[in-house]
Amino acid sequence: MLRISAFVFMALALGGCSDQWGWYVVDPTTASGYANLKFLLSGLYYTVLLSLTAISISIVVGLLVALPGLSEKKLLRGFNRTYVELVRAVPILVLILWIYYGLPQVSGLTITVFWAGVIALALSDSAFQAEIFRAGIQSVDRGQNEASQSISLNYADTMRFVILPQAIRRILPALGNQLVYMLKMSSLVSVIGMEELTRKANELVVVEYRPLEIYTVLVLEYLVLILIVSAGVRWLERRMNADARR
Amino acid sequence: MVQIEGISRFYGNFAALKSVSLDIAQGERVVICGPSGSGKSTLIRCINRLEKHNEGRIFLSGVELNDSKASEEVLRTGVGMVFQQFNLFPHLTVLDNLTLGPIRARGMTRKDAETLAMTYLDRVHIADQAEKYPRQLSGGQQQRVAIARSLCMEPKILLFDEPTSALDPEMIREVLDVMVELAESGITMVCVTHEMGFARKVADRMVFMDKGEIVETAPPETFFSAPKSARCKDFLEKILGH
Ligand SMILES: Nc1ncnc2c1ncn2[C@@H]1O[C@H](COP(=O)(O)OP(=O)(O)OP(=O)(O)O)[C@@H](O)[C@H]1O
Ligand SMILES: [Mg+2]
Repeated sequence: MLRISAFVFMALALGGCSDQWGWYVVDPTTASGYANLKFLLSGLYYTVLLSLTAISISIVVGLLVALPGLSEKKLLRGFNRTYVELVRAVPILVLILWIYYGLPQVSGLTITVFWAGVIALALSDSAFQAEIFRAGIQSVDRGQNEASQSISLNYADTMRFVILPQAIRRILPALGNQLVYMLKMSSLVSVIGMEELTRKANELVVVEYRPLEIYTVLVLEYLVLILIVSAGVRWLERRMNADARR
Repeated sequence: MVQIEGISRFYGNFAALKSVSLDIAQGERVVICGPSGSGKSTLIRCINRLEKHNEGRIFLSGVELNDSKASEEVLRTGVGMVFQQFNLFPHLTVLDNLTLGPIRARGMTRKDAETLAMTYLDRVHIADQAEKYPRQLSGGQQQRVAIARSLCMEPKILLFDEPTSALDPEMIREVLDVMVELAESGITMVCVTHEMGFARKVADRMVFMDKGEIVETAPPETFFSAPKSARCKDFLEKILGH
Protein backbone atom coordinates (compact mmCIF):
# COMPACT_ATOMS: atom_id res chain seq x y z
CA MET A 1 0.00 0.00 0.00
CA LEU A 2 2.72 2.44 1.03
CA ARG A 3 4.81 1.40 -1.93
CA ILE A 4 1.95 2.13 -4.31
CA SER A 5 1.21 5.52 -2.84
CA ALA A 6 4.91 6.35 -3.01
CA PHE A 7 4.85 5.48 -6.67
CA VAL A 8 1.75 7.58 -7.34
CA PHE A 9 3.31 10.44 -5.46
CA MET A 10 6.51 10.24 -7.50
CA ALA A 11 4.58 10.05 -10.77
CA LEU A 12 2.59 13.14 -9.82
CA ALA A 13 5.65 15.06 -8.79
CA LEU A 14 7.70 14.12 -11.83
CA GLY A 15 4.73 14.51 -14.14
CA GLY A 16 4.67 18.13 -13.12
CA CYS A 17 8.11 18.65 -14.64
CA SER A 18 6.93 21.64 -16.56
CA ASP A 19 8.32 25.16 -16.35
CA GLN A 20 7.42 25.92 -12.78
CA TRP A 21 9.51 22.92 -11.56
CA GLY A 22 13.21 23.24 -11.27
CA TRP A 23 14.55 19.78 -10.70
CA TYR A 24 17.99 21.01 -11.75
CA VAL A 25 18.65 21.90 -8.07
CA VAL A 26 18.87 18.22 -7.23
CA ASP A 27 19.82 16.80 -10.62
CA PRO A 28 22.67 14.40 -9.85
CA THR A 29 24.02 14.65 -13.41
CA THR A 30 25.05 18.26 -12.85
CA ALA A 31 27.82 19.18 -10.46
CA SER A 32 25.77 21.63 -8.38
CA GLY A 33 22.71 19.36 -8.32
CA TYR A 34 24.88 16.48 -7.14
CA ALA A 35 26.43 18.64 -4.44
CA ASN A 36 22.98 19.78 -3.29
CA LEU A 37 21.70 16.22 -3.13
CA LYS A 38 24.73 15.19 -1.13
CA PHE A 39 24.12 18.12 1.19
CA LEU A 40 20.52 17.07 1.74
CA LEU A 41 21.44 13.44 2.37
CA SER A 42 24.17 14.42 4.82
CA GLY A 43 21.41 15.18 7.35
CA LEU A 44 20.54 11.48 7.45
CA TYR A 45 23.35 10.75 9.86
CA TYR A 46 21.98 12.95 12.64
CA THR A 47 18.34 12.07 12.00
CA VAL A 48 19.19 8.39 12.50
CA LEU A 49 21.66 8.90 15.33
CA LEU A 50 19.32 11.25 17.18
CA SER A 51 16.34 8.94 16.82
CA LEU A 52 18.19 5.78 17.79
CA THR A 53 19.85 7.38 20.80
CA ALA A 54 16.58 8.90 21.94
CA ILE A 55 14.58 5.70 21.56
CA SER A 56 17.20 3.63 23.37
CA ILE A 57 17.00 5.99 26.31
CA SER A 58 13.22 6.24 26.21
CA ILE A 59 12.87 2.45 26.22
CA VAL A 60 15.01 2.18 29.35
CA VAL A 61 13.27 5.10 31.06
CA GLY A 62 9.87 3.84 29.90
CA LEU A 63 10.53 0.44 31.43
CA LEU A 64 11.74 1.98 34.68
CA VAL A 65 8.57 4.07 34.84
CA ALA A 66 6.33 1.15 33.84
CA LEU A 67 7.51 -1.12 36.68
CA PRO A 68 6.26 1.03 39.57
CA GLY A 69 2.99 1.31 37.66
CA LEU A 70 2.53 -2.43 38.18
CA SER A 71 3.26 -2.32 41.89
CA GLU A 72 0.76 -3.11 44.61
CA LYS A 73 1.86 0.04 46.41
CA LYS A 74 -0.34 3.05 45.78
CA LEU A 75 2.53 5.50 46.06
CA LEU A 76 4.53 3.81 43.31
CA ARG A 77 1.50 3.59 41.05
CA GLY A 78 0.89 7.27 41.74
CA PHE A 79 4.43 8.09 40.63
CA ASN A 80 3.83 6.21 37.38
CA ARG A 81 0.53 7.99 36.69
CA THR A 82 1.95 11.42 37.47
CA TYR A 83 4.97 10.92 35.25
CA VAL A 84 2.94 9.65 32.32
CA GLU A 85 0.27 12.33 32.58
CA LEU A 86 2.71 15.22 33.01
CA VAL A 87 5.20 14.24 30.34
CA ARG A 88 2.47 13.37 27.87
CA ALA A 89 0.90 16.77 28.29
CA VAL A 90 3.89 18.80 27.05
CA PRO A 91 4.20 19.27 23.27
CA ILE A 92 7.50 17.94 21.93
CA LEU A 93 8.46 21.22 20.30
CA VAL A 94 7.88 23.08 23.56
CA LEU A 95 9.99 20.50 25.39
CA ILE A 96 12.82 20.92 22.88
CA LEU A 97 12.79 24.70 23.26
CA TRP A 98 12.57 24.54 27.03
CA ILE A 99 15.40 22.07 27.42
CA TYR A 100 17.69 23.88 24.99
CA TYR A 101 17.06 27.44 26.10
CA GLY A 102 15.60 27.04 29.58
CA LEU A 103 17.42 24.14 31.22
CA PRO A 104 20.94 25.66 30.98
CA GLN A 105 19.66 28.71 32.86
CA VAL A 106 18.21 26.78 35.77
CA SER A 107 20.88 24.08 35.91
CA GLY A 108 23.93 26.12 34.94
CA LEU A 109 24.98 23.34 32.57
CA THR A 110 25.62 23.98 28.92
CA ILE A 111 23.88 21.55 26.70
CA THR A 112 24.63 20.71 23.09
CA VAL A 113 21.94 20.83 20.44
CA PHE A 114 22.27 17.08 20.00
CA TRP A 115 21.75 16.22 23.65
CA ALA A 116 18.98 18.75 24.08
CA GLY A 117 17.23 17.03 21.18
CA VAL A 118 17.89 13.55 22.54
CA ILE A 119 16.64 14.45 26.03
CA ALA A 120 13.50 16.13 24.73
CA LEU A 121 12.62 13.31 22.35
CA ALA A 122 13.49 10.60 24.86
CA LEU A 123 11.56 12.24 27.67
CA SER A 124 8.49 12.76 25.59
CA ASP A 125 8.59 9.24 24.15
CA SER A 126 9.26 7.61 27.53
CA ALA A 127 5.71 8.33 28.68
CA PHE A 128 4.39 6.32 25.74
CA GLN A 129 6.98 3.60 26.24
CA ALA A 130 5.91 3.35 29.87
CA GLU A 131 2.33 2.72 28.82
CA ILE A 132 3.38 0.21 26.17
CA PHE A 133 5.54 -1.73 28.63
CA ARG A 134 2.89 -1.64 31.33
CA ALA A 135 0.29 -3.09 28.97
CA GLY A 136 2.80 -5.63 27.63
CA ILE A 137 3.82 -6.86 31.07
CA GLN A 138 0.21 -7.00 32.20
CA SER A 139 -0.65 -9.15 29.20
CA VAL A 140 1.67 -11.91 30.44
CA ASP A 141 -0.30 -14.51 32.36
CA ARG A 142 -0.23 -14.21 36.16
CA GLY A 143 0.72 -17.86 36.36
CA GLN A 144 4.13 -16.97 34.94
CA ASN A 145 4.80 -14.78 37.97
CA GLU A 146 3.56 -17.44 40.35
CA ALA A 147 5.68 -20.13 38.71
CA SER A 148 8.73 -17.87 38.97
CA GLN A 149 8.00 -17.28 42.63
CA SER A 150 7.57 -21.01 43.19
CA ILE A 151 11.09 -21.61 41.91
CA SER A 152 12.31 -18.77 44.13
CA LEU A 153 13.32 -16.29 41.45
CA ASN A 154 13.62 -12.79 42.81
CA TYR A 155 11.80 -9.83 41.23
CA ALA A 156 14.67 -8.80 38.94
CA ASP A 157 15.25 -12.33 37.64
CA THR A 158 11.54 -12.90 37.15
CA MET A 159 11.34 -9.77 35.02
CA ARG A 160 14.54 -10.43 33.14
CA PHE A 161 14.19 -14.12 32.36
CA VAL A 162 10.45 -14.75 32.41
CA ILE A 163 8.19 -11.73 32.02
CA LEU A 164 10.08 -9.30 29.77
CA PRO A 165 11.09 -11.81 27.10
CA GLN A 166 7.41 -12.64 26.68
CA ALA A 167 6.21 -9.05 26.96
CA ILE A 168 8.71 -7.71 24.42
CA ARG A 169 7.53 -10.17 21.77
CA ARG A 170 4.05 -8.80 22.18
CA ILE A 171 4.95 -5.11 22.18
CA LEU A 172 7.39 -5.30 19.29
CA PRO A 173 4.88 -3.84 16.78
CA ALA A 174 4.19 -0.96 19.15
CA LEU A 175 7.92 -0.36 19.65
CA GLY A 176 8.30 -0.27 15.87
CA ASN A 177 5.57 2.36 15.69
CA GLN A 178 7.37 4.45 18.26
CA LEU A 179 10.61 4.30 16.30
CA VAL A 180 8.82 5.53 13.18
CA TYR A 181 7.20 8.26 15.24
CA MET A 182 10.59 9.18 16.69
CA LEU A 183 12.19 9.48 13.24
CA LYS A 184 9.45 11.88 12.23
CA MET A 185 9.54 13.90 15.44
CA SER A 186 13.32 14.29 15.18
CA SER A 187 12.62 16.82 12.42
CA LEU A 188 11.44 19.20 15.15
CA VAL A 189 14.96 19.40 16.55
CA SER A 190 15.85 21.37 13.42
CA VAL A 191 14.42 24.45 15.13
CA ILE A 192 17.34 24.61 17.55
CA GLY A 193 19.83 24.05 14.74
CA MET A 194 20.36 20.31 14.73
CA GLU A 195 21.89 19.48 11.35
CA GLU A 196 19.51 16.68 10.50
CA LEU A 197 17.44 16.10 7.35
CA THR A 198 14.91 18.88 7.83
CA ARG A 199 17.48 21.47 8.82
CA LYS A 200 19.60 20.66 5.79
CA ALA A 201 16.57 21.08 3.54
CA ASN A 202 15.70 24.40 5.16
CA GLU A 203 19.25 25.65 4.70
CA LEU A 204 19.29 24.66 1.06
CA VAL A 205 15.93 26.29 0.42
CA VAL A 206 17.31 29.57 1.71
CA VAL A 207 20.22 29.38 -0.74
CA GLU A 208 18.52 27.92 -3.78
CA TYR A 209 15.01 29.18 -3.31
CA ARG A 210 13.45 26.01 -4.71
CA PRO A 211 11.25 24.89 -1.76
CA LEU A 212 8.98 22.68 -3.86
CA GLU A 213 11.75 20.43 -5.17
CA ILE A 214 13.83 20.44 -2.03
CA TYR A 215 10.95 19.64 0.30
CA THR A 216 9.78 16.98 -2.12
CA VAL A 217 13.18 15.36 -1.79
CA LEU A 218 12.86 15.74 1.98
CA VAL A 219 9.51 13.97 1.97
CA LEU A 220 11.02 11.15 -0.06
CA GLU A 221 13.98 10.91 2.31
CA TYR A 222 11.68 10.34 5.30
CA LEU A 223 9.48 8.02 3.30
CA VAL A 224 12.33 5.75 2.24
CA LEU A 225 13.89 5.81 5.70
CA ILE A 226 10.65 4.85 7.38
CA LEU A 227 9.80 2.17 4.83
CA ILE A 228 13.18 0.60 5.54
CA VAL A 229 12.61 0.77 9.30
CA SER A 230 9.13 -0.74 8.98
CA ALA A 231 10.50 -3.58 6.89
CA GLY A 232 13.19 -4.12 9.51
CA VAL A 233 10.66 -4.27 12.33
CA ARG A 234 8.48 -6.70 10.38
CA TRP A 235 11.49 -8.89 9.74
CA LEU A 236 12.32 -8.90 13.45
CA GLU A 237 8.73 -9.78 14.31
CA ARG A 238 8.73 -12.67 11.88
CA ARG A 239 11.99 -13.93 13.29
CA MET A 240 10.78 -13.77 16.87
CA ASN A 241 7.51 -15.47 16.00
CA ALA A 242 9.42 -18.19 14.19
CA ASP A 243 11.54 -18.55 17.32
CA ALA A 244 8.47 -18.84 19.47
CA ARG A 245 6.92 -21.45 17.20
CA ARG A 246 9.92 -23.75 17.07
CA MET B 1 7.48 -29.89 58.92
CA VAL B 2 4.58 -27.47 58.42
CA GLN B 3 2.46 -26.12 61.27
CA ILE B 4 -0.55 -24.08 60.29
CA GLU B 5 -2.06 -22.36 63.31
CA GLY B 6 -5.44 -20.79 62.87
CA ILE B 7 -4.84 -18.90 59.66
CA SER B 8 -7.48 -16.76 58.01
CA ARG B 9 -7.45 -15.16 54.61
CA PHE B 10 -9.86 -12.39 53.74
CA TYR B 11 -10.80 -10.93 50.39
CA GLY B 12 -12.48 -7.75 51.49
CA ASN B 13 -15.09 -8.96 53.94
CA PHE B 14 -15.19 -12.43 52.50
CA ALA B 15 -13.21 -15.06 54.42
CA ALA B 16 -11.71 -17.58 52.02
CA LEU B 17 -10.07 -19.28 54.99
CA LYS B 18 -11.53 -19.19 58.48
CA SER B 19 -9.04 -19.97 61.21
CA VAL B 20 -7.64 -23.10 59.61
CA SER B 21 -5.15 -25.28 61.49
CA LEU B 22 -3.22 -28.20 60.07
CA ASP B 23 0.05 -29.97 60.89
CA ILE B 24 1.96 -31.77 58.21
CA ALA B 25 4.69 -34.14 59.28
CA GLN B 26 7.91 -34.85 57.47
CA GLY B 27 7.28 -37.36 54.69
CA GLU B 28 3.54 -37.17 55.10
CA ARG B 29 1.24 -37.21 52.09
CA VAL B 30 -1.86 -35.13 52.58
CA VAL B 31 -4.69 -34.99 50.07
CA ILE B 32 -7.09 -32.05 50.29
CA CYS B 33 -10.50 -32.19 48.69
CA GLY B 34 -13.70 -30.24 48.89
CA PRO B 35 -16.21 -28.40 46.72
CA SER B 36 -15.21 -25.53 44.45
CA GLY B 37 -14.56 -22.30 46.30
CA SER B 38 -13.98 -24.06 49.61
CA GLY B 39 -10.51 -22.52 50.01
CA LYS B 40 -8.27 -25.45 49.01
CA SER B 41 -6.10 -23.40 46.67
CA THR B 42 -5.95 -20.52 49.09
CA LEU B 43 -4.75 -22.83 51.86
CA ILE B 44 -1.89 -24.41 49.96
CA ARG B 45 -0.95 -21.10 48.35
CA CYS B 46 -0.51 -19.71 51.86
CA ILE B 47 2.11 -22.39 52.47
CA ASN B 48 4.42 -20.91 49.82
CA ARG B 49 3.18 -17.37 50.31
CA LEU B 50 1.62 -16.91 46.91
CA GLU B 51 -1.21 -15.75 49.17
CA LYS B 52 -0.51 -14.03 52.44
CA HIS B 53 -2.61 -15.03 55.43
CA ASN B 54 -4.21 -12.20 57.39
CA GLU B 55 -4.44 -13.99 60.72
CA GLY B 56 -2.77 -16.89 62.43
CA ARG B 57 0.70 -18.28 61.90
CA ILE B 58 2.44 -20.76 59.62
CA PHE B 59 5.73 -22.43 60.46
CA LEU B 60 7.94 -24.20 57.96
CA SER B 61 10.82 -26.19 59.45
CA GLY B 62 10.27 -24.17 62.61
CA VAL B 63 10.56 -20.78 60.90
CA GLU B 64 7.52 -18.55 60.87
CA LEU B 65 6.45 -17.47 57.40
CA ASN B 66 6.16 -13.70 57.06
CA ASP B 67 7.99 -10.93 55.26
CA SER B 68 11.27 -11.52 57.08
CA LYS B 69 14.57 -12.58 55.53
CA ALA B 70 14.60 -15.84 57.49
CA SER B 71 11.22 -16.72 56.09
CA GLU B 72 12.36 -15.92 52.57
CA GLU B 73 15.38 -18.11 53.07
CA VAL B 74 13.45 -21.11 54.32
CA LEU B 75 11.01 -20.75 51.44
CA ARG B 76 13.73 -20.52 48.82
CA THR B 77 14.35 -24.22 48.59
CA GLY B 78 11.67 -25.28 50.99
CA VAL B 79 8.47 -25.42 48.99
CA GLY B 80 7.75 -26.43 45.42
CA MET B 81 4.45 -26.06 43.64
CA VAL B 82 2.75 -27.68 40.68
CA PHE B 83 -0.10 -25.72 39.13
CA GLN B 84 -3.30 -26.74 37.44
CA GLN B 85 -2.29 -24.79 34.32
CA PHE B 86 1.34 -26.05 34.38
CA ASN B 87 2.65 -22.46 34.03
CA LEU B 88 5.72 -23.53 32.11
CA PHE B 89 7.77 -20.72 30.57
CA PRO B 90 6.69 -20.84 26.91
CA HIS B 91 9.72 -19.02 25.53
CA LEU B 92 12.22 -21.42 27.08
CA THR B 93 13.06 -24.99 26.18
CA VAL B 94 12.17 -27.75 28.60
CA LEU B 95 15.77 -27.87 29.77
CA ASP B 96 15.92 -24.10 30.31
CA ASN B 97 12.61 -24.23 32.19
CA LEU B 98 14.26 -26.65 34.58
CA THR B 99 17.66 -25.01 34.96
CA LEU B 100 16.47 -21.42 35.47
CA GLY B 101 15.67 -21.87 39.18
CA PRO B 102 18.78 -23.88 40.07
CA ILE B 103 21.06 -21.40 38.28
CA ARG B 104 19.46 -18.15 39.43
CA ALA B 105 18.08 -19.03 42.84
CA ARG B 106 20.38 -21.84 43.97
CA GLY B 107 23.56 -20.47 42.43
CA MET B 108 24.43 -23.64 40.54
CA THR B 109 26.60 -23.64 37.43
CA ARG B 110 24.85 -24.27 34.15
CA LYS B 111 26.58 -27.61 33.79
CA ASP B 112 25.54 -28.85 37.23
CA ALA B 113 22.03 -27.52 36.70
CA GLU B 114 21.72 -29.36 33.42
CA THR B 115 22.90 -32.61 34.95
CA LEU B 116 20.37 -32.14 37.73
CA ALA B 117 17.62 -31.28 35.24
CA MET B 118 18.30 -34.39 33.18
CA THR B 119 18.12 -36.53 36.32
CA TYR B 120 14.67 -35.22 37.15
CA LEU B 121 13.45 -35.28 33.55
CA ASP B 122 14.42 -38.91 33.58
CA ARG B 123 12.44 -39.41 36.75
CA VAL B 124 9.30 -38.10 35.07
CA HIS B 125 10.13 -40.21 31.98
CA ILE B 126 10.56 -37.36 29.56
CA ALA B 127 14.33 -36.94 29.18
CA ASP B 128 14.06 -37.24 25.40
CA GLN B 129 12.07 -33.99 25.19
CA ALA B 130 14.65 -31.75 26.84
CA GLU B 131 15.32 -29.58 23.79
CA LYS B 132 11.67 -29.01 22.90
CA TYR B 133 9.50 -26.03 23.74
CA PRO B 134 6.49 -26.51 26.03
CA ARG B 135 3.94 -25.93 23.25
CA GLN B 136 5.35 -28.89 21.37
CA LEU B 137 4.39 -31.24 24.19
CA SER B 138 1.07 -32.78 25.18
CA GLY B 139 -0.66 -31.58 28.33
CA GLY B 140 0.45 -34.64 30.27
CA GLN B 141 4.03 -34.16 29.18
CA GLN B 142 3.90 -30.47 30.09
CA GLN B 143 2.64 -31.26 33.57
CA ARG B 144 5.41 -33.80 34.05
CA VAL B 145 7.93 -31.15 32.99
CA ALA B 146 6.37 -28.81 35.54
CA ILE B 147 6.78 -31.47 38.22
CA ALA B 148 10.42 -31.93 37.23
CA ARG B 149 10.91 -28.17 37.36
CA SER B 150 9.71 -28.12 40.97
CA LEU B 151 11.88 -31.09 41.85
CA CYS B 152 14.97 -29.32 40.49
CA MET B 153 14.68 -26.94 43.44
CA GLU B 154 14.88 -30.04 45.67
CA PRO B 155 12.09 -28.81 47.93
CA LYS B 156 11.32 -30.30 51.30
CA ILE B 157 7.65 -30.18 50.53
CA LEU B 158 5.81 -30.27 47.24
CA LEU B 159 2.38 -28.71 46.75
CA PHE B 160 0.01 -29.75 43.98
CA ASP B 161 -3.03 -27.65 43.08
CA GLU B 162 -5.35 -29.85 41.02
CA PRO B 163 -2.49 -31.02 38.79
CA THR B 164 -4.69 -33.15 36.55
CA SER B 165 -7.80 -30.97 36.25
CA ALA B 166 -6.68 -29.30 33.03
CA LEU B 167 -5.74 -32.58 31.36
CA ASP B 168 -7.55 -34.73 28.86
CA PRO B 169 -8.64 -38.00 30.49
CA GLU B 170 -6.12 -40.13 28.61
CA MET B 171 -3.24 -38.03 30.02
CA ILE B 172 -4.29 -38.03 33.65
CA ARG B 173 -2.86 -41.50 34.16
CA GLU B 174 0.72 -40.64 33.16
CA VAL B 175 0.79 -37.68 35.54
CA LEU B 176 -0.74 -39.63 38.42
CA ASP B 177 1.76 -42.43 37.88
CA VAL B 178 4.61 -39.96 38.27
CA MET B 179 2.98 -38.57 41.40
CA VAL B 180 2.59 -42.02 42.90
CA GLU B 181 6.28 -42.70 42.26
CA LEU B 182 7.11 -39.42 43.93
CA ALA B 183 4.93 -40.24 46.91
CA GLU B 184 6.74 -43.55 47.28
CA SER B 185 10.10 -41.76 47.24
CA GLY B 186 9.23 -40.25 50.61
CA ILE B 187 8.88 -36.56 49.74
CA THR B 188 6.37 -34.55 51.77
CA MET B 189 3.35 -33.87 49.59
CA VAL B 190 0.23 -31.76 49.90
CA CYS B 191 -2.10 -32.40 47.06
CA VAL B 192 -5.38 -30.75 46.16
CA THR B 193 -7.10 -33.22 43.88
CA HIS B 194 -10.37 -34.91 43.14
CA GLU B 195 -8.63 -38.05 41.90
CA MET B 196 -9.89 -40.29 44.65
CA GLY B 197 -8.19 -43.40 43.26
CA PHE B 198 -4.87 -41.61 43.65
CA ALA B 199 -5.85 -40.38 47.12
CA ARG B 200 -6.70 -43.89 48.29
CA LYS B 201 -3.40 -45.16 47.02
CA VAL B 202 -0.98 -42.60 48.42
CA ALA B 203 -2.64 -40.42 51.07
CA ASP B 204 -1.61 -40.78 54.68
CA ARG B 205 -4.36 -38.37 55.55
CA MET B 206 -7.40 -36.90 53.84
CA VAL B 207 -8.52 -33.34 54.51
CA PHE B 208 -11.99 -32.23 53.57
CA MET B 209 -12.65 -28.51 53.30
CA ASP B 210 -15.86 -26.58 52.88
CA LYS B 211 -16.58 -22.85 53.05
CA GLY B 212 -13.11 -21.92 54.15
CA GLU B 213 -12.90 -24.47 56.95
CA ILE B 214 -11.38 -27.87 57.45
CA VAL B 215 -14.44 -29.96 58.16
CA GLU B 216 -12.84 -33.32 58.51
CA THR B 217 -9.44 -35.00 58.53
CA ALA B 218 -9.01 -38.74 58.59
CA PRO B 219 -6.85 -41.53 57.21
CA PRO B 220 -8.19 -42.59 53.81
CA GLU B 221 -9.66 -45.89 55.01
CA THR B 222 -12.03 -44.25 57.48
CA PHE B 223 -12.45 -41.14 55.36
CA PHE B 224 -13.91 -43.03 52.42
CA SER B 225 -15.79 -45.74 54.29
CA ALA B 226 -17.16 -43.73 57.19
CA PRO B 227 -17.11 -39.95 56.71
CA LYS B 228 -18.38 -38.27 59.86
CA SER B 229 -19.95 -35.06 58.63
CA ALA B 230 -22.95 -34.84 56.36
CA ARG B 231 -21.20 -32.29 54.12
CA CYS B 232 -18.33 -34.66 53.52
CA LYS B 233 -20.63 -37.61 52.89
CA ASP B 234 -22.52 -35.48 50.41
CA PHE B 235 -19.39 -34.44 48.62
CA LEU B 236 -18.01 -37.97 48.39
CA GLU B 237 -21.28 -39.26 47.02
CA LYS B 238 -21.22 -36.66 44.30
CA ILE B 239 -17.63 -37.14 43.37
CA LEU B 240 -17.57 -40.92 43.51
CA GLY B 241 -20.82 -40.97 41.57
CA HIS B 242 -22.86 -43.11 43.96
N1 LIG C 1 -8.02 -12.92 44.58
C1 LIG C 1 -9.26 -13.17 45.07
N2 LIG C 1 -10.12 -12.17 45.25
C2 LIG C 1 -11.36 -12.39 45.75
N3 LIG C 1 -11.82 -13.60 46.10
C3 LIG C 1 -11.00 -14.65 45.92
C4 LIG C 1 -9.69 -14.50 45.41
N4 LIG C 1 -9.11 -15.72 45.35
C5 LIG C 1 -10.02 -16.58 45.81
N5 LIG C 1 -11.16 -15.96 46.17
C6 LIG C 1 -12.35 -16.60 46.74
O1 LIG C 1 -11.97 -17.39 47.82
C7 LIG C 1 -12.71 -18.58 47.84
C8 LIG C 1 -11.77 -19.76 47.90
O2 LIG C 1 -11.05 -19.83 46.69
P1 LIG C 1 -10.10 -21.04 46.35
O3 LIG C 1 -9.52 -20.76 45.02
O4 LIG C 1 -9.18 -21.28 47.47
O5 LIG C 1 -11.11 -22.26 46.23
P2 LIG C 1 -10.82 -23.74 45.79
O6 LIG C 1 -11.29 -24.60 46.87
O7 LIG C 1 -9.44 -23.88 45.33
O8 LIG C 1 -11.81 -23.90 44.56
P3 LIG C 1 -11.59 -24.64 43.16
O9 LIG C 1 -11.94 -26.07 43.39
O10 LIG C 1 -12.61 -23.97 42.29
O11 LIG C 1 -10.21 -24.40 42.72
C9 LIG C 1 -13.57 -18.58 46.60
O12 LIG C 1 -14.88 -18.24 46.99
C10 LIG C 1 -13.00 -17.52 45.74
O13 LIG C 1 -14.00 -16.87 45.02
MG1 LIG D 1 -8.48 -24.15 43.43
